[in-house]
Amino acid sequence: MNMIEAINNALDIMLDRDPDVIIMGEDVGYFGGVFRATAGLQKKYGKTRVFDTPISECGIIGAAVGMGAYGLRPVPEIQFADYIYPGLDQLISEAARLRYRSAGEFIAPMTVRSPFGGGIFGGQTHSQSPEALFTHVAGLKTVIPSNPHDAKGLLIAAIEDNDPVIFFEPKRIYNGPFSGFYDKPVEPWSKHPDSVVPEGYYSIPLGKARIAREGAAMTVLAYGTMVHVVASVCEEKGVDAEIIDLRTLVPLDIDTIVASVEKTGKCMIVHEATRTSGFGAELSALVQEHCFYHLEAPIERVTGFDTPYPHSLEWAYFPGPVRIGEAMDRLLKDS
Amino acid sequence: MTAASRSNLNPLSLHVPEPRFRPGDTVDYTDLAISEAGAQPRPDETCEAAETHPLCTDLIRVLDDAGKAQGPWDPKLDPETLRRMLRTMALTRAFDDRMYRGQRQGKTSFYMKCTGEEATSVASAFALADDDMVFPSYRQQGVLIARNYPLVEMINQIYSNRADKLKGRQLPIMYSSRDHSFFTISGNLATQYPQAVGWAMASAIKGDTRIAAAWVGEGSTAEGDFHSALTFAAVYNAPVVLNVVNNQWAISSFSGFAGAERTTFAARAVGYGIAGLRVDGNDPLAVHAAVQWAANRARANMGPTLIEHFTYRAEGHSTSDDPSQYRSAHEREEWPLGDPVMRLKNHLIALGEWSDDQHAAMDADLMEQVKAATKEAEKNGILGHGLHHPFHTMFEDVFEELPWHLDDQAEQAIRERRIKWPTWKEYEK
Ligand SMILES: Cc1ncc(C[n+]2csc(CCOP(=O)(O)OP(=O)(O)O)c2C)c(N)n1
Repeated sequence: MNMIEAINNALDIMLDRDPDVIIMGEDVGYFGGVFRATAGLQKKYGKTRVFDTPISECGIIGAAVGMGAYGLRPVPEIQFADYIYPGLDQLISEAARLRYRSAGEFIAPMTVRSPFGGGIFGGQTHSQSPEALFTHVAGLKTVIPSNPHDAKGLLIAAIEDNDPVIFFEPKRIYNGPFSGFYDKPVEPWSKHPDSVVPEGYYSIPLGKARIAREGAAMTVLAYGTMVHVVASVCEEKGVDAEIIDLRTLVPLDIDTIVASVEKTGKCMIVHEATRTSGFGAELSALVQEHCFYHLEAPIERVTGFDTPYPHSLEWAYFPGPVRIGEAMDRLLKDS
Repeated sequence: MTAASRSNLNPLSLHVPEPRFRPGDTVDYTDLAISEAGAQPRPDETCEAAETHPLCTDLIRVLDDAGKAQGPWDPKLDPETLRRMLRTMALTRAFDDRMYRGQRQGKTSFYMKCTGEEATSVASAFALADDDMVFPSYRQQGVLIARNYPLVEMINQIYSNRADKLKGRQLPIMYSSRDHSFFTISGNLATQYPQAVGWAMASAIKGDTRIAAAWVGEGSTAEGDFHSALTFAAVYNAPVVLNVVNNQWAISSFSGFAGAERTTFAARAVGYGIAGLRVDGNDPLAVHAAVQWAANRARANMGPTLIEHFTYRAEGHSTSDDPSQYRSAHEREEWPLGDPVMRLKNHLIALGEWSDDQHAAMDADLMEQVKAATKEAEKNGILGHGLHHPFHTMFEDVFEELPWHLDDQAEQAIRERRIKWPTWKEYEK
């Protein structure tokens, strides 16, 4: 199963299990979404469970708040994460605080799905990684899967969660894991062990990271597409790094991170988003707070640059193997 | 009322709009109310806004089935202007065809055609002054072409090559040209609408004579920006022409998902108390007349006009779209308002000012013109073939001055490049 199929499968299972689950978004109904993640679901569950919306992200998220208040579990899709901004006020000021300000009288159990990240020549408005923005908001959970197996289990957990969840789908790896070597062919998911997706219901708890690769030389914290890029660089360079796939940024699995950094003594953080005030800054502060006496070298942060995502130079922007490799060399040298 | 006292009421039900035709369906447009050409009154440009409101649900048409111009909206353009307008529309189409093929051949990542909608941009541009600022969406390449922006520059942008004036930063077709009073295009829908209103307000604040014009798709009228723009335009009586291109489809969602089941898009003007017109968007004369009316009104300090151009998106949404998945193929063939290029051609022929032979010769000529421009642009490179702007440009224009952290990052990018390709040399102008 590729990632789109896994997501479609999770949605199918949840629509079937829970009559309160509904799906809405631009083009998600008859057409099944521009990435086909909702294909076939309207036909199966009807027009009032899976439907198109006006092009109004504010309307989509605001309506989801109201639906949540009624008792439904909306799973709105924002076509690209770059287009979530018109809905931000409803998400940040409303959905995120509903439980808090009503002392639990009203909740917004919604899962906002949205493809994010670059590497597809999408230009400035189809490439951004805005996850840090959401982690900064009290009351939102942020989930980012890195493979079909996790995408299904995490999405099911997100839909069952009673809090608003932002579920960012790394679109670069919808069809296959990406090594970061953009000039080499991409293997389809079918050749990858994480594409084995059990049939039927299962969930992966939010707030639990996954050790994607065990190692002793350093700990690398990554999520989404970057998990695969880091793994392929380790292979290429023969670096025995431990890769932690965070899976959820909020709530964060601090225990797994601390245990690994205490073991390896070194920490590198990789994300595609711009560097300044990116989620890497938070991770770096946490590791410093929790593992200061175990660190044998300064924490390394590998990120996208502090510019909008450029169209023609997108591979120069992307934190690829060279940037990651250089940071690994620096870490290894310090021992 | 208590829950018990409601128990005998019918359950509520949700309405979800559904288009009339889906793939495989036979299309029948007999229900579509198409007004008679020439039958719509033309109020004075300085009239009360309310006087235009009946026109918001009507359809302003000039060209009849025989290609003759009818009624008070006939802009009475001279044959030379008509021929130039025809040529510009045909050039826009030839350009689209070539660029679409270029994308399929891997010369760029993406393209969007405006086939069938050429009148909404080209005839509009002919009705505006060349220095009126336009705030386009992504299907108004016709405005740029009408303003004689060089095709080679357009293609350089589409290929994101080393000659691209936007330095390879923008998605193909997201042009910008201050010299042509063409505002930079955003991928985020409807954001240009309040900006156009702001530009028009600024022009009024400064006592200028230039006005602004903006375009948005009917699907995008659902965005809050559209409504914020109308509120500001109404409150400050901004000199702006607000165009809505109703091409029936927003990717796979038909116009019903933007509210078309209940009223027209032009009728949005009524609620804001501004002038509104609804025109046959495939009738270049009607489009020209409506935009000219609105532009004159704005220049007379009578404020904003909302114009709905009723048209049809003949091709896919973009090169990433396959419309056969969600709409009937017959829709395009059966579209009752015809094709804007053909309608203008027939009009000129009916006037005795054009012929089929001249038209064929023109098309061949335009094809050559586009081909030559493409060849010229390809000398500067195509997407992903190394001939792009120098790496350092990636870090420029984020701010006016380069801060230390971007300087560091620029060095990093160039170092990475050298590691990967030790023999690489930066292209320098
Ligand atoms: C804020 C925002 N939301 C969603 C999108 C994705 N999107 C791009 S084009 C499009 C459809 C627009 O339809 P319409 O406004 O009718 O214009 P048309 O393409 O038909 O000319 C959508 C949903 C976007 N670009 N921006």
